[in-house]
Amino acid sequence: MNVTRPFTRRKLLAAGLLLLLLIFLATFPFYGLPSYYTVLVMTFFMFGILAVSWAMFSGATGYMSLAPAAFFGIGIYTTTILYSLLKVRVFSVLPVDALQPAVNAFLIGAVVAGGLVSFVLALLLGLVTLRLKGIYFAIFTFGLVVFISELILFLEIHITGTRGRTLILPGTGAPLCSNTTIYYIMLGILVATLLAIYFIRRSKLGLAMQSIGGNEEGAEHMGVNTTRVKVITFAISAIFMGAAGAIMAAKLIYIDPIIAFNLNYSFLPVLMAIFGGMGQLYGPVIGAVIFAYIQRILMTEFPKYYMLIFGIILILAILYMPGGLVGLVPKLQKVRLLSKLWKGGGAEQRANT
Amino acid sequence: MPILEGQGVTKYFGGLAAVSHVDFHIDQGEIVGLIGPNGAGKTTLFNLISAALPLSSGEIRFKGQKLNGLKPHQVCKMGIARTFQEIKIFGNMPVVQNVLVGATFGTPSRMTLADATREASQALEFVGLSAMNTAPIKDLTLVHQKRVEVARALATKPELLLLDELMAGLNPAEVSEAMELVRTIRDKGITIVMVEHVMKAIMGICRRIIVLHHGEKIAEGTCNEIACNKTVIDVYLGEETHAGS
Repeated sequence: MNVTRPFTRRKLLAAGLLLLLLIFLATFPFYGLPSYYTVLVMTFFMFGILAVSWAMFSGATGYMSLAPAAFFGIGIYTTTILYSLLKVRVFSVLPVDALQPAVNAFLIGAVVAGGLVSFVLALLLGLVTLRLKGIYFAIFTFGLVVFISELILFLEIHITGTRGRTLILPGTGAPLCSNTTIYYIMLGILVATLLAIYFIRRSKLGLAMQSIGGNEEGAEHMGVNTTRVKVITFAISAIFMGAAGAIMAAKLIYIDPIIAFNLNYSFLPVLMAIFGGMGQLYGPVIGAVIFAYIQRILMTEFPKYYMLIFGIILILAILYMPGGLVGLVPKLQKVRLLSKLWKGGGAEQRANT
Repeated sequence: MPILEGQGVTKYFGGLAAVSHVDFHIDQGEIVGLIGPNGAGKTTLFNLISAALPLSSGEIRFKGQKLNGLKPHQVCKMGIARTFQEIKIFGNMPVVQNVLVGATFGTPSRMTLADATREASQALEFVGLSAMNTAPIKDLTLVHQKRVEVARALATKPELLLLDELMAGLNPAEVSEAMELVRTIRDKGITIVMVEHVMKAIMGICRRIIVLHHGEKIAEGTCNEIACNKTVIDVYLGEETHAGS
């Protein structure tokens, strides 16, 4: 009993802190800060979603996917295409005061649609590609991003005769919604992503994924249907990438394949997840926040040396923090434990009695 | 009725016949040794039975059911479990989690995680490793890692267990322990086929021995028959072992 009690107390404390953090984030746009900060935190959320959903599949199974940009871009295009389909027929004829609520509702629907389209696409792709192992899978997923981007570019130029689309409200030409709305929808997706990874890690599916990461052949011989597990989890992780892209479309305003399928949306989440560490589920989130922040600072303060400094930080992180930031926590605890022991056996004696 | 039966079992790697027209049968409840020189096709035969490799021709039946065309995870669920010559543990997990994978996914009936966890601890206790439940499996010695593989295989509730060189690299005391373990497993009603080079172990516990050479079955019989078989002595055992046994 004495052993378990401090443990549950710690869990309660963690849950309480998490709730406080959530309340803080939920009220953040009302603190009167410039909207720059709302957008900045929203960017943290976006990269958080991408990094966590990447780690959901790749971190556990060891299959290095470079496809986040593909599903993110699919999400962006889902919103874009749905909006252009509805713009003339629905939104243009709505009365002015009904327009914004209708568009907001549309965006939530688009987020769901973006997630679904990505899910279905990932399911089909997974069936074809998850036979590939190691570097071949990584290269395929990388090629996928380029392929979809080029395909849409081709279709736009040769079939629809356009290049790029804008997402603006009919009449006023304003953005589809406020930054605050995007902020909240992004926060909602992040919470959903974290809940998903939390429950998956504790489920049979999580165990199966981990066994694939440990030794795929061994897993197969222990009754794990490895193909099915890989395809399903690859598709689940794509849902959140697509959903994030779907709402990001409203922020980007001007959409073309080069912007929507920017390969940075593949590379950065991977680096963020590794930087933060995948041993704990909050690792990729912390990685995303710190990484995105460092990137923003470097980009604005040292635009010429941004890539150079960024690269050095990355190399140092990979060399000296193989477990990522969260990998440092047990090391720090060890240091604390040692210093406690050093201070004398008093505490130890009390614990023994 | 034999629990496992093979007819004309053949596997080609390109033009090379790794296993060639092998007929065999394993009876319920026996321990059968599979021996032969390196490259004889012993592990390939295991891979064919556990469906890691597809057959080139022939057929294998488990309790009368054809195994051709099945996947390893299906074969495992039917009741055939195995260990590996080159261990295939889940290096990213603690010991008990390794076994938990077998208990959760390998059993014929669906298990909840709670039930499977109980099964996993029992399997570890059975192989004598319950003290190491929570240790990272990478911290264990090779001998213990091989035992975890046995526990993991047992957790799938098999009727037939394929042991691939369980005793390689063990010292004599550990070999005796391992032999004892194999006997206890058999006493639970699990049929065992074991690939082994440690002749002392094979001769000590097997009821029957099958000898492979260049992918072909060259002999089959009781320990005494095999130990006196002229062909087996020539290709594998050598005079020394013959004189000793």
